Amino acid sequence: MLIQSILFYVFAGVMFAAALGVVFSRNPVHSVMLLVLTFFNAAILWLMAEAEFLAIVLVLVYVGAVMVLFLFVVMMLDVDVEAAKRGVSRYAPLGVGVALLMVVELIQVIWLRSRIVETAGGFMPTPEGYSNTKALGAVLYTEHVYAFEIAAVILLLAIVAAITLTMRKRPGLKVQDIAAQVAVRAEDRVRIVKMNAEKKQ
Amino acid sequence: MYGYYLIIVLAPLLAAIIAGLAGKQIGRAGAHWVTIAGVGTACVLSLLVLRNLFWGGAESENISVYTWAVTDGLRMEVGFLVDRLTALMMCVVTFVSLMVHIYTIGYMHDDPGYQRFFSYISLFTFSMLMLVMSNNFLQLFFGWEAVGLVSYLLIGFWFKRESAIFANLKAFLVNRVGDFGFILGIAGVVTFTGSLDYAEVFASADAVAAQNIEVIAGTPWNAMTLICILLFIGAMGKSAQAPLHVWLPDSMEGPTPISALIHAATMVTAGIFMVARMSPLFELSTTALAVVIVIGSITAFFMGLLGIVQNDIKRVIAYSTLSQLGYMTVALGASAYSAAIFHLMTHAFFKALLFLAAGSVIIAMHHEQDIRKMGGIRKYMPITYWTALVGSLALIGFPGSSGFFSKDLLIEAVRESHWHGQGAVYWISYLSVLLGVFVTALYSFRMFFLVFHGEERMDAATRSHLHETPAVVTVPLVLLAIPSAIIGWFTVGPVLFGDYFGDAIQVHSAHDVLKHMGDAWHGSFALLTHAVLTPVFWLAAAGVFTAWFLYMHRPDLPATIRRKLSGLYTLLDRKYYFDDLYIKGFAAGGRSFGKFLWQKGDEFIIDGLMVNGTARSVGRLAGVMRQIQTGYLYTYAFAMIIGLTMLLAWLIWLR
Amino acid sequence: MIGLQHYLVVSAMLFVLSLAGIVLNRRNLILLLMCIELMLLAVNFNFIAFSRYLGDETGQVFVFFILTVAAAEAAIGLAILVVLFRNRRSIAVQELNTLKG
Repeated sequence: MLIQSILFYVFAGVMFAAALGVVFSRNPVHSVMLLVLTFFNAAILWLMAEAEFLAIVLVLVYVGAVMVLFLFVVMMLDVDVEAAKRGVSRYAPLGVGVALLMVVELIQVIWLRSRIVETAGGFMPTPEGYSNTKALGAVLYTEHVYAFEIAAVILLLAIVAAITLTMRKRPGLKVQDIAAQVAVRAEDRVRIVKMNAEKKQ
Repeated sequence: MYGYYLIIVLAPLLAAIIAGLAGKQIGRAGAHWVTIAGVGTACVLSLLVLRNLFWGGAESENISVYTWAVTDGLRMEVGFLVDRLTALMMCVVTFVSLMVHIYTIGYMHDDPGYQRFFSYISLFTFSMLMLVMSNNFLQLFFGWEAVGLVSYLLIGFWFKRESAIFANLKAFLVNRVGDFGFILGIAGVVTFTGSLDYAEVFASADAVAAQNIEVIAGTPWNAMTLICILLFIGAMGKSAQAPLHVWLPDSMEGPTPISALIHAATMVTAGIFMVARMSPLFELSTTALAVVIVIGSITAFFMGLLGIVQNDIKRVIAYSTLSQLGYMTVALGASAYSAAIFHLMTHAFFKALLFLAAGSVIIAMHHEQDIRKMGGIRKYMPITYWTALVGSLALIGFPGSSGFFSKDLLIEAVRESHWHGQGAVYWISYLSVLLGVFVTALYSFRMFFLVFHGEERMDAATRSHLHETPAVVTVPLVLLAIPSAIIGWFTVGPVLFGDYFGDAIQVHSAHDVLKHMGDAWHGSFALLTHAVLTPVFWLAAAGVFTAWFLYMHRPDLPATIRRKLSGLYTLLDRKYYFDDLYIKGFAAGGRSFGKFLWQKGDEFIIDGLMVNGTARSVGRLAGVMRQIQTGYLYTYAFAMIIGLTMLLAWLIWLR
Repeated sequence: MIGLQHYLVVSAMLFVLSLAGIVLNRRNLILLLMCIELMLLAVNFNFIAFSRYLGDETGQVFVFFILTVAAAEAAIGLAILVVLFRNRRSIAVQELNTLKG
């Protein structure tokens, strides 16, 4: 149990530090990298909570796809790193103060004044032979299948939206317009002119 | 008789309106004829009323002419109370007014405001008649204010003169102070008796005298004493008693006819009349009477002293008026109301005569008023000289003149007024009226000798134009000299000792000095022959002798005396610093207080802080709040988060 | 003994951190999107914790869908960012103020 606590605190600490780095780092590429680290640690914490399916999904989908996407964009955009290193905003002290206040309040709510915690804070013990993936699957495809299908549609929507937003036509680019090619008429291309044959000299 | 009363009051009013509004149309002659007709009618009818009341044995009449309003049980009416006191006052007022009207034809002959002047003096006659004929406090107050208003208009008649405007405002303001007390007194009357009518108030006077009022919590004052003192404050303002006397000398800025009419004979006597009319009330409060007598004594003596150092002919007579008003007040305070009214009547005649004579001299001297530049006018203006002599002799109480009867008996009444106790009040009053006789003789004959006798100090140009003034000026002088000389002899017996006033004046038997004196009354002739035995006679003689000695025999002496007693002279010259106190103290204090309130209170606090300040604060607050509207969404998100935090904080900690 | 409250506290701290990051962000838009991802992560923590505490799988199903939607949203967000960069040549947040709310 003790080792569990220690591990928890270590990974939580690293995650938190990485998150801090994300927010306050000057270099956006560093920010993305640190975000990746945050996600990794989060996944480990989820593993410790015996939600292994979601932990793996987090790493695969989130880190693997979304963060890579972020990295693409960060590197692709010609971000002025120098200009990005700007000073602290006017609201910094106020913002930090509000944030601290909120943390304190939330801790008050969930821990110090919470009634649940006094009784039993521990997780439910999992039965023998419990497979998180199997349990999830059993629920996902029966009760929540509708939401599942809609999630698929949302992903499709995302694809369509992203492409629609960013597609543009560059001038001077030679592309084939298939529709125009197919719709060509003979009269537009060829004009038959009657001419007398010339006598051979 | 009711018709007579209406005509008496309305004829001068109508004449005033015609002369005032249609002055240009009817011309100068029209203006003076219409007003003289109005006042003359009033005079004749007043004499008829007097004859009816006194010789015809008619009863006093208390008539309500018109009910103006009835609110909450309080009746406000216009009415006439005509008893013998009223009749006497009516005759005096209308007769002197008529004389002044005729005199004005000559005096204001060249003045551009001729018609306006006649309109004003007729209006004044109307106001004074309304005052004396009134049967309730409201009409009394109306007349009171109206005479004050007309006095203001007349003092400032030559309104382009700086000094005249200053004087008329001063008169009005000082009168206002008196009126403040007066109206508080009327309010007291209404509070305690619930009525404004004389008859009802007098009937419930005993009940009021039994009550106390606590103005300052914990110190009860007798209600009747308070009311009487407040009413007397009004009289102090109107009749120029110290300390509200300062307006009278300044009122000499007005033309001489009005000095005669208003500030000698009639308006200033309104206060005396009012106290006499209120005798049923004053008799119930010995404290109020003590106040009256002390104030009167102070005025009588100290104002007389000021007359000695004046160099303007009209100012001397003005201070004389002040002093004589003090005498009347002293008589009122000694419960000798009849003596006061009698002296009022005789004083009206000889003081008006003196003023008109002074005016005659001023006309002849081409409006020069400084007596140091006169002298020896006797040769040039005989009629003026003899009438002025009659007036002066009446003023000092020369045996046989009307002034002798009124003044001597007044002084004797004060001497008999032991009911005030043997203490300070008695001796102050008696000594001041007694010594005042010496002072009166001194200043009046100082003026007489300096103007009419001695070496001629005017310049040659004026001297060549010196001649007697026209008949319109001298005839009123003669007509006034006659009653100044003889009316005392005939009227003293009936008026003072013969129950002339009847129920109009009520005196408690304990205070009734005149009745006490009446027991020893043997007739006018007896009084005359006993005159040489009284200290009054010798004091007056001493005064005349001193005046002759200082101004005829040894004219160099006054300058030496002035040098030796320079401190005393300065005190008298500065009029006991009353004017300085009022102008630099109260008036300047009031102005600076007003300025302070204006700058700090109005401009700074109300305008600056409250009105503009509120607008500025709103603007400033809006300027701060505006910065939240940055247009950036994250600011709005931040605001939402802050709001959420606050809500959470409230839920966690404060609930 | 690691219990519910630990996970909840971790979640809260992550959430507040990402909130601060959004508000204090003055530099670039990408950071904004990353903070949003962090916020979603924090919410996911919450769900996982409660799901394990109550023994109900529904929480984890929810996390599944959140991940899906987050991915979609990140994609679209980045697409918008790219187009914006094309037009404005800048992703500094202050300069994107022509559409004041």
